[in-house]
Amino acid sequence: MSVAARGLSHSYGDLLSLRRIDLAAADGEVVALVGPSGCGKSTLLEIVCGLREPSAGEVVVGGAADAAGRLAHCAYMPQRDLLLPWFSALDNAALALRNRGAGKAAARAEAGALFERFGLAGFEAARPGELSGGMRQRVAFLRTLVAGKPVLALDEPFASLDAISRAEMQEWLAGALRTDSRTVLLVSHDIEEALYLADRVVVLSARPGGIVTELSAPHPRAEDRDRAVTDPAFVAVRERALLALREGAR
Amino acid sequence: MRTALRILLPAALIAALIGLWQIAASAGWIADALNLEPFLVPSPAEVGDALWSSRSLLLENAWVTLREILVGLAAGVVVGIALSIVMRFSTLLRDAVYPLTVALQAVPIVVIAPILVIWFGYGIWPKVIVVALAVFFPITVTTLDGLRSVDPEAVKMMRTLDASRWAIFRRVEAPTALPSFFSGAKVAVAVAPIVALFAELAGSNSGLMRLIVEDNNNFHEARVFASAVILALIGVILVGLTALAQRLVVSWR
Repeated sequence: MSVAARGLSHSYGDLLSLRRIDLAAADGEVVALVGPSGCGKSTLLEIVCGLREPSAGEVVVGGAADAAGRLAHCAYMPQRDLLLPWFSALDNAALALRNRGAGKAAARAEAGALFERFGLAGFEAARPGELSGGMRQRVAFLRTLVAGKPVLALDEPFASLDAISRAEMQEWLAGALRTDSRTVLLVSHDIEEALYLADRVVVLSARPGGIVTELSAPHPRAEDRDRAVTDPAFVAVRERALLALREGAR
Repeated sequence: MRTALRILLPAALIAALIGLWQIAASAGWIADALNLEPFLVPSPAEVGDALWSSRSLLLENAWVTLREILVGLAAGVVVGIALSIVMRFSTLLRDAVYPLTVALQAVPIVVIAPILVIWFGYGIWPKVIVVALAVFFPITVTTLDGLRSVDPEAVKMMRTLDASRWAIFRRVEAPTALPSFFSGAKVAVAVAPIVALFAELAGSNSGLMRLIVEDNNNFHEARVFASAVILALIGVILVGLTALAQRLVVSWR
């Protein structure tokens, strides 16, 4: 399912947060948004997902331009995992199914079938407070995937993790997307993460956020992450992205 | 070790105080100091004796008071929760109802109780209404605060997971509000016995307060103390059960 934004602007009262954004993601494409903090990346994601309306311009997700239609197509994964502490890992993962009226047993069976693949087998009954940061993030991602939406909006999904678990989670997400292709909008402040996970990286300027440049990633979601990110082509694109980011921050 | 201390320390303190009181009362020190007849200052042993010899009378009246407390608490909790939910779902109703609940709370129980006795007679209902009136306010306020403290990000997350307004309430807002609700419930449980006694004072045929007033008029002080012991027990058990319920229900904390 494709996503397209045309001439999209947004303001909080008098404060212009996004300025004439043109953005497109083809079916199955991963597009990363990087930019200085406060540039409106998260606002842009929320608009695409139908959680907010733009002040001007339009967003179309799979043919739907209205907020309710966009909401029906998009799953939003916020920066914090937001696992509900009163539910087990399994019940957290099954939330979307329960919300749609599935019975407890059916929802648990469907979500539980994915625990093995996500390296969470044996932790179905654990409360979020008993899980490590990486595991919590995986449960949150599982919850997003179980929703079965064709478009995923990921808002700095690994920002709260330390460098090592973050690299592991990037590899893991790359693997998950290789087997289960979705259209993804990924907000990140980590250029390396963006270039490794995405097909295309869109660099945004400081507020009001506008597009500075777009770059194609040389080895999107490569199996060998360490080799991919040290490859000269990757390093060169990273330098260009960094330069664009500096330029946009001014 | 710590849990043992937490039980042993207060038990030892209570035992020491009872012992001191026993010595002071049986030696006549308190009566002498207050210039009273010794039978007006019963010792713990005499109170224990009254507890045993009047056990059926005490239990009968304690049951009346306990029923007033429990039915009043139940009614107050139900009304309190219902009001907080209504006020959470409708700003219009919240603006309309909130001042009224504050006004109801501001009218003292001592004023309301005699009126209700005139209206509803000497039975259980005026007491139940008074207890419910005193109890619903802390429940409403704390539960509403709890419902409003919900994480807006969690609500957004639920909306993208196709949650209806009701699903958001049931799976996110209500559990978020539970700890606050229990804070209100603890206040309610502590206030309810006092209010029930006040209501009995305004007019009743039975109940512990009725018995206390009668015994006090007849200088039967040992049994007044015996009634007080039973009331203290009721209070401790109610607070204890509330704390236990909180631990069981809010198990994620």
